[in-house]
Amino acid sequence: MSNEFQYLLGQATKGRVSRREFLGRAAALGVSASAASSMLASSVSAQTPVKGGLLRSGMQGGESTNTLDPALALSEVPLVVNSNWGETMVDVDPDGNIDFRVAEEMSSSADAMTWTFKIRQGVEYHNGQTLTAADVVATLERHTDEASQSGALGIVQGIESMSADGDMVTLKLHTANADLPYLLADYHLLIQPGGGKDDPAAGIGSGPYKVVVNEPGVRHGFEKFANYWDDRIGHADQVEVLVINDNTARVAALQSGQVNMINRVDPKIIELVGRDPNIMIKNVSGRGHYVFIMHVTTAPFDNNDLRMALKYAINRQEMVVMILGGYGTVGNDFPINAAYPLFDDTIEQREYDPDKAAAFYKASGHDGSPIILRTAGAAFPGAVEAAQLFQQSALAAGIPLEVKREPDDGYWSDVWNVQPFCASYWGGRPVQDQMYSTAYLSTADWNDTKFHNETFDNLLLAARAELNIDTRKQMYSDMAHILRDEGGLILPMFNDFVDAVGSNVQGWLKDPNGEQMNGRALQKCWLA
Amino acid sequence: MLRHPVLILVAQRIALGILLLLAVSALIFAGTQLLPGDVAQAILGQSATPTALANLRAQLGLDDPAYIRYFNWLWGILHGDLGTALTNGQDIATSLGKRFGNTIFLAFWAAIIAVPTAIILGLVAARYAGRWPDKLISGITLATISLPEFVVGYIAMYFLAVKWRLFPSVSMVFDGMSVGERLHAIALPILVLVLVVLAHMMRMTRAAILNVMQSAYIETAELKGLRPANIIVRHAFPNAIAPVVNVVMLNLAYLVVGVVVVEVVFVYPGMGQYLVDHVAKRDVPVVQACGLIFAAVYIGLNILADVISILANPRLRHPK
Repeated sequence: MSNEFQYLLGQATKGRVSRREFLGRAAALGVSASAASSMLASSVSAQTPVKGGLLRSGMQGGESTNTLDPALALSEVPLVVNSNWGETMVDVDPDGNIDFRVAEEMSSSADAMTWTFKIRQGVEYHNGQTLTAADVVATLERHTDEASQSGALGIVQGIESMSADGDMVTLKLHTANADLPYLLADYHLLIQPGGGKDDPAAGIGSGPYKVVVNEPGVRHGFEKFANYWDDRIGHADQVEVLVINDNTARVAALQSGQVNMINRVDPKIIELVGRDPNIMIKNVSGRGHYVFIMHVTTAPFDNNDLRMALKYAINRQEMVVMILGGYGTVGNDFPINAAYPLFDDTIEQREYDPDKAAAFYKASGHDGSPIILRTAGAAFPGAVEAAQLFQQSALAAGIPLEVKREPDDGYWSDVWNVQPFCASYWGGRPVQDQMYSTAYLSTADWNDTKFHNETFDNLLLAARAELNIDTRKQMYSDMAHILRDEGGLILPMFNDFVDAVGSNVQGWLKDPNGEQMNGRALQKCWLA
Repeated sequence: MLRHPVLILVAQRIALGILLLLAVSALIFAGTQLLPGDVAQAILGQSATPTALANLRAQLGLDDPAYIRYFNWLWGILHGDLGTALTNGQDIATSLGKRFGNTIFLAFWAAIIAVPTAIILGLVAARYAGRWPDKLISGITLATISLPEFVVGYIAMYFLAVKWRLFPSVSMVFDGMSVGERLHAIALPILVLVLVVLAHMMRMTRAAILNVMQSAYIETAELKGLRPANIIVRHAFPNAIAPVVNVVMLNLAYLVVGVVVVEVVFVYPGMGQYLVDHVAKRDVPVVQACGLIFAAVYIGLNILADVISILANPRLRHPK
């Protein structure tokens, strides 16, 4: 093999050359894409992590109101902080497979109604106690209690009964669910001693790092837990999360070397930041998406012709370029993309078509009064500009949109899920079932388009219990068509997660599950 | 002794200040009651059950009439009990105390540098009024006050932290840091705050001095043959203290209560960001506590300014 290729492989392994660029240049050297790709994969995994040191992350998404109670975690910093000190039963790996953590084996009955999990032996909490199957059950129980205000309430409510026997945990469900392990990977469901019923915010768990400093909204410091069971992760001796909510300050902190990695690089400055030789941009297309949502029960959006008119009146391609700086992909008015298992990529892409939009608009018989679209900077980065782009592209089809800018403060309580037409975002979920169940099932709490469709609901419940992959894929495809052609969702774009790291950070893997390698970057990376 | 007019005046000012603070506390309390939405509902969110709501309301004492809750709150504060934060259950006095300490630390060092610099520059500008030193000083300070503070912050960050790496861009301070480390950490915010408050105090010093310079006794001093610098320092400045002190205090108050933008840019754990976070989450007890502390600082500094002005007035110090 040529020296040039070896050099290239080394650069790509260290992340200094992007995967795409590596494959392109490898092809120029006469190495086929598949061979180059597999060599890159083995080269990356063969890197030996360097142990020790202090790894720091500067992150947006933390407030001084945060707590260590995993049930109450909502924003990005608590997610990362909690995943350092605690662990879930299972996790979802970057390829979408189940990664066993506190649980080491699982099996389900043929009807996917009863699930058993074998709990790993000898897992120790930071207070010296041993993690037991009873703790797992107690944890799930706590999250089913409404008083715990858990963000995972909707997930654990599907469990009818649970029991612990020795090192086995058995869960019986109300309705069959083939995706249960994915739901249990939810970041709220960290196993705590006694289920965390006594002191939910103690920050005691079985994760790779012990909490040393907890100053919400400022800084969270950790040191390696010596008795952690899995030596494949947790390389640094100490890790730290600094809350840096200001975009410019976050980039400056990375440039000046005060932190090793940051999340949420503003799309407007990605190119500029990427030019710095000491910084590498790490973007990955995920399941998160930016949306405009219409309540299908409220006039004028109760008219499907008007909804279709608006769906054809939005220029998706332009939004990906202008709002995401190209770091994203176009959406197709249903919340699923190729990052999901069982995605049907044959569904026709909806394009901007002013003529069709105008025809639908005419057919809707709308009286011509301006349609009010509410937006705010809080809805998603660039939401105000996106609404204005939408206004312009709709105007070209003769549809009058009126953009109303709302205050950031109170947007999620007073506008989203309240007003009939507004901008919003979704972080995505690991599997299709969970995404649809969270926001498009008639009875979902967060059904923010007020979508009620019996066929859709029945398909969703049937697919949940369907263990045949092909049948299930077809069901999800049918649901996507229904939502795309009848729903209240306008989905112009899926946004990439864009992080940046210093050039001495190694071990970064693309993880479509979330930013900062799904919150695990501090545990999986190391300093070279 | 108590008959002394200065003491009476000072006592009056302090009494008025306390009365004002009481009135402000009532206003803050009333204001937070006017916020839309029920506090219990805000804490429990959409999924609240009626029982949980009733329990929480009883626990927070929301069923009592407003005036009783006000006096309970006031009584607690007088005993140093600010309550617990609704959002994360931490004791407000503890977490707020830390933040307040940080705010005061930053304000103190900014003031230590800014106030003498501003006054000296003001004196120099007055001495050379209308000539190039005056124009240079005015030009630079007016330029820095005209730029929004975050722009000054970003410029300082770009050169001093990113390019030359002299100071950190993140001014995080925490327990266990020595004073020297802390000062190094907050060098950039100090610089920005100094630049922002300099012009106001400098211009006022200059104006007050020039005003006094029109007086007959200055002419006398000139006729005695004193040097201009001496006249300004010995005769003009003491008589210009009252207006200067007022402006200085206003700026000190700003350094304590108005620096949230600088805190955000430099990630400094002061009170401003703490307050903003809790307002967004409708954490009423924290908002009330912060409001009261800010009001106390403002009123306290104004009383101090009044007292110094009174003491600086010879007619009051030496009554006939």
